[in-house]
Amino acid sequence: MITVGTALAASGEGDTPSVLAVPLDEFILGIVAFFIVFFALWKLVLPKIEQTLKDRTDAIEGGIERAAKAEAEAQAMMAKYKEQIAHAHEEAADIRAKAESDAKTIIDQAKQQAEAERSAIAQRGEAQLAAERAQTVAALRQDVGGLAVDLAGRIVGESMDDDARARGVVDRFIADLEASAAGDKS
Amino acid sequence: MGLSLSAALPSSAWNCHFPDCAFPAPGTEIFFFDNVFSIGPFGFNKAMIQLFLGVLIVIGFFWWAFRKPKIVPRGSQNVGEVGYGFIRDGIARDVIGKGGEKFVPFLFAFFFFIWILNFMGIFPTLVFPVTSVFAIPVAFALIVYFTWVPLGIAKQGGWGFFKNIMFPPGLPKPLYIILAPIELISNILVRPFTHCVRLFANMFAGHLLLVTFTVAAWYLFSPTIMGLLGSAVSFVVVLALTAFELLIEALQAYIFTLLTAVYIAGALHAEH
Repeated sequence: MITVGTALAASGEGDTPSVLAVPLDEFILGIVAFFIVFFALWKLVLPKIEQTLKDRTDAIEGGIERAAKAEAEAQAMMAKYKEQIAHAHEEAADIRAKAESDAKTIIDQAKQQAEAERSAIAQRGEAQLAAERAQTVAALRQDVGGLAVDLAGRIVGESMDDDARARGVVDRFIADLEASAAGDKS
Repeated sequence: MGLSLSAALPSSAWNCHFPDCAFPAPGTEIFFFDNVFSIGPFGFNKAMIQLFLGVLIVIGFFWWAFRKPKIVPRGSQNVGEVGYGFIRDGIARDVIGKGGEKFVPFLFAFFFFIWILNFMGIFPTLVFPVTSVFAIPVAFALIVYFTWVPLGIAKQGGWGFFKNIMFPPGLPKPLYIILAPIELISNILVRPFTHCVRLFANMFAGHLLLVTFTVAAWYLFSPTIMGLLGSAVSFVVVLALTAFELLIEALQAYIFTLLTAVYIAGALHAEH
């Protein structure tokens, strides 16, 4: 190369050397300059670039991993919540059923109580009625007896007030009336 | 520096900007600079200073972009990562394939260093592509050459390496009489030459065109219709060429790096 260059340089005209001449000092400086650039980039810069790219790959892969983990966690949580919700529904159904049965029992109890009270009131009423009736009958018997005797006395013209006979007649009469009333009823 | 624009300025006539009113067609002298200083036998001219400026810019940019790398990249770190991905996925893995990862720093350094050196061709105040100094592409191409040849010999064995180059399988035997020497010459001798000349010639021609039209724009400038028109057209061409150079600079850096990967791939895995 150098010999070719110098050969051509010799054919150059005037005092200007040939452009194809290769001066040794420039040639050596060219080699030195390249190796400075080469070693500086090789040892100082490129390891940094490679490290940066590697870190980035790691960061991206780590990010993907983290995202996958988060997704799995979210899904587990969702399953858990779904289970809890199902459980809650079940519980609610149980509570509702229990409430219904409780309500039924309460209503039944209230009905029974009401029934008992009603029958008690009815019984009391009946007893009262019977007592009143008996009282009334006794009073009536006395009054009607007196009235009848008075009436009969007036009709017959003799007093039957304090007469045992008269009393016997009245009792018979009333017994007959009751018997006939009973006979009419039957 | 053959040109001295400032010397032309005090000229009495507006339509005469250069000595003797002649058009100083830029020649190869625009690629040579006087030494600014020297360290031992090494002379540092504008091109060599720019070369080491390129070293600082490439290392500085990537060191700065990744001084505090973030998981979520911002600004310059984004640019650095895109560049890294482009070399690793677009060149190392695609071209070299298995075992390509090891060569990422090598290809990465070539691509960005050459790109910056090329880009100086249109960068204001520098406006000179370092890769148009032939010694630089030659140095780079020889680094590549002395990487893939020993690599191939180590991987395929001394005889195997040359056999794989000279006798690509699957051809009728008599053809090898012609093919073997052609393959040997094209791969071993011509390859490093084309590798560096491709880069050098592109940057050289681009710079020459830019300088020619820039000089023309100034040369034609005069307060006449033709002068203004010619100057304006030249200036528009300079702008268009600058945009074109932006593309070529990236493309040539890419091609150089891609070919480096292709040569390494050939050394690692015998063809076919």
